[in-house]
Amino acid sequence: MSSPIVKLIAQRIALGVLLLLAVSVLIFVGTQILPGDVAQSILGQSATPQALANLREELGLNDPAYVRYFRWLGGVLTGDLGTALSSGQDIATSIGGRLWNTLFLAFWAAIVSVPLAVILGLLAVRYRNGFVDKLISGLALASTSLPEFFIGYLLVFFFAVKWQIFPGISTVYDGMPFLDRMQAIALPAAALTLVVLAHMMRMTRAAILNVMQSPYIETAELKGLRPFDIIRKHAFPNAIAPIVNVVMLNLAFLIVGVVVVEVIFVYPGMGQYLVDHVSKRDVPVVQAVGLIFAAVYIGLNIIADIAAILANPRLRHPK
Amino acid sequence: MLDIRKIPLGALIGLILTSLFLIAAIFAPWIAPYGLGEIVGSVWEPPSSTFLLGTDNLGRDLLSRMIYGARTTIFIAVLATALSFILGSVLGFAAAVIGGWFDTLTSRFVDLMMAIPTLIFALVVLSVLPSNVVTLILVMGLLDATRVYRLSRAVAVDINVMDFVEAAKLRGEGEVWIIFREILPNALSPLVSELGLRFIYAVLFLSALSFLGLGVQPPEADWGGMVKENKDGIVFGIPAALIPAAAIAALAISVNLVADWILNRTTSLKGGRG
Repeated sequence: MSSPIVKLIAQRIALGVLLLLAVSVLIFVGTQILPGDVAQSILGQSATPQALANLREELGLNDPAYVRYFRWLGGVLTGDLGTALSSGQDIATSIGGRLWNTLFLAFWAAIVSVPLAVILGLLAVRYRNGFVDKLISGLALASTSLPEFFIGYLLVFFFAVKWQIFPGISTVYDGMPFLDRMQAIALPAAALTLVVLAHMMRMTRAAILNVMQSPYIETAELKGLRPFDIIRKHAFPNAIAPIVNVVMLNLAFLIVGVVVVEVIFVYPGMGQYLVDHVSKRDVPVVQAVGLIFAAVYIGLNIIADIAAILANPRLRHPK
Repeated sequence: MLDIRKIPLGALIGLILTSLFLIAAIFAPWIAPYGLGEIVGSVWEPPSSTFLLGTDNLGRDLLSRMIYGARTTIFIAVLATALSFILGSVLGFAAAVIGGWFDTLTSRFVDLMMAIPTLIFALVVLSVLPSNVVTLILVMGLLDATRVYRLSRAVAVDINVMDFVEAAKLRGEGEVWIIFREILPNALSPLVSELGLRFIYAVLFLSALSFLGLGVQPPEADWGGMVKENKDGIVFGIPAALIPAAAIAALAISVNLVADWILNRTTSLKGGRG
């Protein structure tokens, strides 16, 4: 491994960590702009001033904001996410199983959608401006306009209610057999796949088309190579970096889709947990879950950049 | 000039549907057969001649609620889009023209905002803000302004180095003149097609928030909220929730078709280079 690559990757990771720190400040500040305060929202409107003052003291609300921020950050770094205001439960333990559920769902959605999108993108380029390409582009345009819940409830309506193939509500529990679990997540994973598929495919198509317009592709064409060989041998290796970028961006997009999809299918994951606690105005939970979502998002973006660095032949073979 | 026969079929369908939605939104109280909160039948009646789309989870006429919902959805989405455009483009142009520390500061802040997924950030902020329409418009507008900022800054940086801007600067024009009289008119065509896309995002974003129960609050209703109200019927085979969801999709697709057409028109004016 040559040194400029290591240096670039180290820089990128350092930048990501810095960004994550800044994001944590933003999330913390974002939850401090409220007109009321936490003590009031726990005890309700009828609370006595004395009770309010006691609770504020107990929660440390009398300290200045930056002290509270560093206390919160210190807790997060040591794995202590605080306790939920609404239930009094430890947030880290509540999140544990849910995070795993969400990752499980997102993992299977990614396993299906990524290869499918890349293959469809390649097909669209191969039959460029033909019927297949137009069909794929048209469907892609339509599906970027569809709200997640439309796709989700259509799937429920047909697959769960009309034909009764898959359950419409994804109940999962600890120690559930793998196949049962797969059946439970079939519909949410399908909905997520459809949500990201079109976008990913369109960007893959654009990335490969971009490469296809380079002079060496023309040379390959003039050499008389078959169209699919040109794509496979010349275009695809050069399009890997942009495609990896597309895939990562869409996995990040999946994170947002997961929130709505989990609510549709009542799936016990992070998204459902976040939405529940936003309506309960449970700030510590929202901060913690928001930070985790942001961290995953930033992490995926870093991986995309690193993949792009690694795939760049000019950096791999420095002069 | 614009010749009505030269409009492609897709764009024509888009234009017609978009205008229908707009008419429904503007003239809602005159078009809707029943009132917004009026209970007129039993729960989840199937479509009939009295209730063209059936009734909802409380026995209210779904068609009437859809028409009023169009009003709420489009109203909020339009205001949020307008806010994001005004804020995003003015800041973006200013960053390109002023440059220096102002550019660095705003650009880095926008990068930071965009490092958090929009929906997640909105949920974080909405957990502490009062839930009303003004908050919604502000949150949606401010979050979306980051995207408009990126685009308008990129466009303005290109225009800012052109000769006529240089001439205006040498003539001694101020930054406000440069932004509004030199850059804005020349940046309009990419911004207009972006406007359609941002509007769609605003509609989808608002619907998602309302579906999650964090957007428009009852008794007001938008389409996303109506999906939420009727979603329990799905497991009994009652498709009432699919109707507002389909309306959101139809609105988004038709605006998309129009935006696509405008984009093609404006780019082909440059001799097909775009």
